[in-house]
Amino acid sequence: MPGLLSPAPSQPAEEQVSFDAKGALAGAKRVLPLAFSDLAFGLVFGVLARQAGLSVLEVFLMSGLVFAGSAQLIVLSLWIVPLPIGTILLTTLIVNLRYLLMGAAVSQWFTRLSSLKAYATLFFLADENWALMVSEFEGGKRNAAFLLGSGLVLLTSWVSSTVLGRILGGAVHNPSQWGLDFVFTAMFLALLVGLWKGKADLLPWVVAALVAVAAAHWLPGKWYILLGGVAGSLVGVVRHAD
Amino acid sequence: MQINPQVLLTILGMALVTYLTRIGGLWLMSRVTLSGRIKTWLGYLPGAVVVAIVAPTVLGNGLAETGAALATVLVAARTRNVLLSMVIGVGVVLGLRMLLASLR
Repeated sequence: MPGLLSPAPSQPAEEQVSFDAKGALAGAKRVLPLAFSDLAFGLVFGVLARQAGLSVLEVFLMSGLVFAGSAQLIVLSLWIVPLPIGTILLTTLIVNLRYLLMGAAVSQWFTRLSSLKAYATLFFLADENWALMVSEFEGGKRNAAFLLGSGLVLLTSWVSSTVLGRILGGAVHNPSQWGLDFVFTAMFLALLVGLWKGKADLLPWVVAALVAVAAAHWLPGKWYILLGGVAGSLVGVVRHAD
Repeated sequence: MQINPQVLLTILGMALVTYLTRIGGLWLMSRVTLSGRIKTWLGYLPGAVVVAIVAPTVLGNGLAETGAALATVLVAARTRNVLLSMVIGVGVVLGLRMLLASLR
């Protein structure tokens, strides 16, 4: 499917960032294979949310407004009435801190949009479509509506599958049984190949990997993404300065 | 359809916190002048973040994941086809998991 939508050679105009329906459609199409495995995880979240005592409406609102699978899943373990709101919000913040890095990584492109477009589109920032967008942009196809289109597909599949899982209850299987857990890893790996620029990336990537593995072992939640990403990129800066 | 006000408040709080993390990176970066060093950092950031996302699964889960990761990367490097690489990767992880389970 990738490639079908890109008849025009990418413009050499390096700083240009467009925002139109074509970009949104391209994003929607590219994220579609991921929306499928997203569905499986949404169903699982819905089942767990039911066990935690959330109503259908509450699941609908949480998935639609928060739209962050890992944070929502982790928060379920804290979901005991009376709700520890402070702990829940702090946990949400910590799990989602990685978005700060992802937002920073695309900032040089998003500052070229109007504030309204940039800040509204960033609501749709998720791990999957962020990685897809970075590889698009680095390949020269700079259309920020890509994030919007892909995000709408992810949001739709997330909200509908979590609500469905909440309604269906127990009749849902573990997605890793079908290898669906590996869909995301496989996508990130395939995109990573495109992000490789040469030997200068080797040390930063090795450091990012080692720090992430260690952090995933010792720390809860998603700290490993933040710490690995920061460590690896800083090694790149230090090496660059030499 | 029922909703508890405390639950609603918690969900709205989670939504706000999450949205702030999504826009925070852009907000901060648009307020600093991009020195050469920061531009270099931003250049290394996406690759390092993606490596950090996959590393625990690829290196810390087991042989099936490591083998499937290798297959995915090889196909991606050869074909540059993301979708094909994903299909092969998932196929290999399923095959290796079944194989390893049968050997146990």
